[in-house]
Amino acid sequence: MSDHLHEPELALHVEDLTVSYHGKPVLWDIDFDIPPGVMAAIVGPNGAGKSTLIKSVLGLIPPIAGHVTLFGRPYRAQRRRVGYVPQRSSVDWDFPTTALDVVTMGLYGRLGWLRWPGRKERRSAMEALEMVGMQDFAGRQISQLSGGQQQRVFLARALVQNADIYFLDEPMAGVDATTERAIVNILRRLRDEGKTVIVVHHDLQTVRTYFDWLLILNVRVVAQGSVESTYTADNLRSAYGGQIALLDSEAFISRAGSEGRESGHDEAVDTGADRADAAGADVRERTS
Amino acid sequence: MSLAVLLNDYTLQNVVMGALLLGAISGVLGSFAVLRKQSLLGDALSHAALPGVCLGFIIAGSREMGSIMAGALGSGAGAALMVLLLTRYSRLKTDAALGIVLSTSFALGVVLLTFIQSMNNASQGGLDSFLFGQAAATLRSDLVVMAAVTALALTLVALLWKEFKLVCFDPGFARALGMPVLLLEVILTVMIALAVVVGLQMVGVVLMAAMVIAPAVAARQWSPRLEVMVPLSAAFGMAAGVCGALVSTLGRGLATGPLIIISVSVFVIASLMLAPRRGLLWEAVSRLRRRLRHQQLLTTLHRLALAHGDSHFRSEQGLLDGYHGTHTRSAMKRLAQRGLVARHERYWMLTDAGHEEAANILARMEGRVT
Repeated sequence: MSDHLHEPELALHVEDLTVSYHGKPVLWDIDFDIPPGVMAAIVGPNGAGKSTLIKSVLGLIPPIAGHVTLFGRPYRAQRRRVGYVPQRSSVDWDFPTTALDVVTMGLYGRLGWLRWPGRKERRSAMEALEMVGMQDFAGRQISQLSGGQQQRVFLARALVQNADIYFLDEPMAGVDATTERAIVNILRRLRDEGKTVIVVHHDLQTVRTYFDWLLILNVRVVAQGSVESTYTADNLRSAYGGQIALLDSEAFISRAGSEGRESGHDEAVDTGADRADAAGADVRERTS
Repeated sequence: MSLAVLLNDYTLQNVVMGALLLGAISGVLGSFAVLRKQSLLGDALSHAALPGVCLGFIIAGSREMGSIMAGALGSGAGAALMVLLLTRYSRLKTDAALGIVLSTSFALGVVLLTFIQSMNNASQGGLDSFLFGQAAATLRSDLVVMAAVTALALTLVALLWKEFKLVCFDPGFARALGMPVLLLEVILTVMIALAVVVGLQMVGVVLMAAMVIAPAVAARQWSPRLEVMVPLSAAFGMAAGVCGALVSTLGRGLATGPLIIISVSVFVIASLMLAPRRGLLWEAVSRLRRRLRHQQLLTTLHRLALAHGDSHFRSEQGLLDGYHGTHTRSAMKRLAQRGLVARHERYWMLTDAGHEEAANILARMEGRVT
């Protein structure tokens, strides 16, 4: 492979990406960048192509145009540096397997062909389960876990991948408040370690409190950048149109804004930016 | 006939060995098919084997096992490819594609079969036995081929265990990890075609589908882990095979293949009824226990309200848990859905309907006791 790196200072760089399904464009000419060390949300109305975007970045859906690089290299070359949490509803939870087993699957890529996971793999999987507070459920059949617990198992499977960049598809969908808090705390910890976290998110009200980077999507890119510059009434209205009555009231936007400030959000962003620089320098060292 | 005599019977030995091989390969591969929600695939592949069997016969000019098996494998794989192409490039869903391929290829097979019979070739004898199998005609040389095919399939499963497991559970994640998911799926499908080939002689193409699905369904009832389910499924398949073979010796002219299928169906029915957690019996018992728990909670709240002389008396969740010595939150939620209790912040209270229900329960209990 050539040593030529394309936009290596960016955790994720997407250029001219177009994806179509049965001749209809689902994503149209997407250009966006995500710097390292941020916690980024992808929001947009139903059918905006949020999941499709993640899936085509990960090579699960072939684009008809455009290219994607992670830390300067295409996905194929960076697989080991990527952790992925699919939508919980994308698998059959009645599959005969245990929580620990599902987490161990995160290590299958690293194990390579013909090798069975052994004690070492089980230990790493157990550690990941501990991180999400699910160690007591390791031997539990996955169909007997609640929705929130299943989501945490999925998160643990991505954690065990020990990646530099994480993609999560609606990790907070249909989970209880406790699980949502636990997930957010883990994601923040990852970001604080300099990792990049990219989340398809459905709840606009929490965008300001959880995230520091934002991509608003509706087939095309509506807006992108730091949350405080992007999360504006105009941007949201042009993405969602009349779909959300809440957005028609300016009050919602400004209230969401003040909530974010109250919870010390601005400081979080500042330090996040510092971290981003540090992480970026770190990445350059490693890749050059 | 005593057991010793039976065991020395050359034909029976062949039949039992064939049944064991068939049970092992179809039990193992059927598990993956069932978990991938492709139970019908076995059905389609086995029906699709018929035209291949006939073509193999026409080309070889005789009832020669090798060419017939190759034909069956070829047309089975072709049918599987058809299904794949239809679901990819047309708007057909998998079930519709399977149905179309199944019936078309079976019709083609029957046409070829009648054509061969009209040729009046002396060596065609018993070609139609592939429809329902003719276990008693199994030769040692057939067994060698069946054993080789089974060994190949089981070795592949052992080597690619974690890949197959992940592809069945979460193919999207498998692809993100860089696994060649399409290739793995093709291998699984071709191996099911191999299982069909092994079953041709024993149970025939029509009943082969049951051999793929049934042991896996039965095994799934008993085991919460793939590592247990797959060997168990193989064991069920082998046990059913031996049962069918032995029962068929009890009377003259009893067909072995259908008896094997009946045996495996008995396993399925028993498993659906009796298995812990997933069986119907288990469900009935736990439904009864849930009803008793609901009744207990209602009467507890009712008595507390009576004792305090306040029909709107509120009880805390923790108090209810402590009183019943178990978690009652989910039961309370279900009662709330039925409109029998209402929640006020941390507290629960009976609604009027709840009081009425509780009073009825108490009246019934006292009526029974006194």
